[in-house]
Amino acid sequence: MTRIGILLAIAAAGLATPAFTASALAAPDTTTVTGPGGVTLRSVTVDLPQSDREFPGADAAAVNNNCLTCHSAGMVLRQPPFRREKWAEIVNKMIQTYKAPIDAGDIPAIIDYLAQR
Amino acid sequence: MDQGHRVPMIGRRGFIAGAAALGALQHPTGALGALVRNVDEAVFTTAFPQKGRMILQRTRPPLLETPFEVFDQGVFTPNDRFFVRWHWAGIPEQVDVATFTLKVHGHVDRPLTLGLGELLAMPRLEYAAVNQCSGNSRGLFSPRVAGAQWRHGAMGNARWVGVPLKAVLDRAGVKAGAVAIRARGLDEPVVPDAPAFGKSLAIDHARDGEVMIAFQMNGEQLPLLNGFPLRLVVPGWYSTYWVKMLSDIEVLAAADDQYWTKTAYRIPDTPHASVTPGETGYAQVPINRMVPRSFITNLADGARVAAGKPLALRGLAFGGDQGVARVEVSADGGTTWGRAQLERDEGRYSFRQWRFTAPGPAAGSVRLMARCTNTAGEVQPLVANWNPNGFMRNVVETTTLTAA
Repeated sequence: MTRIGILLAIAAAGLATPAFTASALAAPDTTTVTGPGGVTLRSVTVDLPQSDREFPGADAAAVNNNCLTCHSAGMVLRQPPFRREKWAEIVNKMIQTYKAPIDAGDIPAIIDYLAQR
Repeated sequence: MDQGHRVPMIGRRGFIAGAAALGALQHPTGALGALVRNVDEAVFTTAFPQKGRMILQRTRPPLLETPFEVFDQGVFTPNDRFFVRWHWAGIPEQVDVATFTLKVHGHVDRPLTLGLGELLAMPRLEYAAVNQCSGNSRGLFSPRVAGAQWRHGAMGNARWVGVPLKAVLDRAGVKAGAVAIRARGLDEPVVPDAPAFGKSLAIDHARDGEVMIAFQMNGEQLPLLNGFPLRLVVPGWYSTYWVKMLSDIEVLAAADDQYWTKTAYRIPDTPHASVTPGETGYAQVPINRMVPRSFITNLADGARVAAGKPLALRGLAFGGDQGVARVEVSADGGTTWGRAQLERDEGRYSFRQWRFTAPGPAAGSVRLMARCTNTAGEVQPLVANWNPNGFMRNVVETTTLTAA
């Protein structure tokens, strides 16, 4: 319910009976919390965009199958060129530190793809 | 795919917006499928909730950069243009203010579960402070390094209102022997056993009376992507400590041994956190206080100006964990410097606007520089630092123009 909605509800209740008004005012407000000085916090619901972008190229199956679980492709595609060893280090960090569920058999193909872009 | 939460398939919206922006920049429209390796090739998006036009570094989890022209529009960065950086994609898309709680537990006498109403009723604190990513400007490192390829837009300045962390800790009663607090938010990893994001601060720092649990940013509640409903504000320190959607504070009786403090976000323990590429064996410490920076905001690289005509410059500076003592400007590549006029002081931790009129440049290439000295006497270096994580850039930046 919006704040206007609540005000309307209270106004409507006020037109009904005083007892009903009191009850409406005492009902927990699930939408806003107000503190001293008129500070009001309002519940928020958003839709965060999801990416459907895939890694391009005929050799992209391994990265597309493994890497998009945790993050979209954009940041990876914005990386500067690195040597194969650096990409191996990054992929290893994703697996060891961030627990990326990567199929062990796909690791060389992932590193190859990243090193060759 | 395990997303950990609701996943609406509306990603195309972002790319349609990005493609439109690219078209406006005369960029090949096929570029979305190709690599973007030049940090100046910005892809813009308007697809994110409560956000205006931003530079898209990554959709999920979001990395959104503030377009640089925003910094020329005022000393405070509007909430809808403030940069966004999340580590894990498990970000709640809904926060109910009536049921949200902040837990305080661990090495305390009285564990607390505070509702937002209780927090709003506590004594308040208000100040302006710069929030800057540890890796702001990483895209300018040379040799280049891995990580989000930010230009200068992973920073912003806001007026924050909240409750001193000290007041909340005092209410819980910190026990003797406490050494640190660890802050956690509502965000979660999307794979099992991965390290949930959390950062710790030394107990004395946490109780300095300035570190804040903020519920307002520039006079409004925080955008969800900037940490609604509560965010830790650690003025003068890098953004990694400013935990978003703050929901859990644990008082620790021993040093934090979890990944995000013990291993991640560490810098070389050297002047300017700088090492030589390939160097090994140096000591490292957790990243901590910020260092001075300054930017010319009204002219961009490649601008054309009239030769012989005085050049009106304006910009922003901040002192890191100190105020701005002075800003000097050079219009000849650093040979001579003049002192800029500082605008209104919004407080020690805030951006400070400045202006300067440079003598009319001779025809040809013009190299403009701005250099901030903070109130502790620390001055921006003329040589860029380098470290493998791309942290703490604060070299004097150069803007190159053509006078004709």
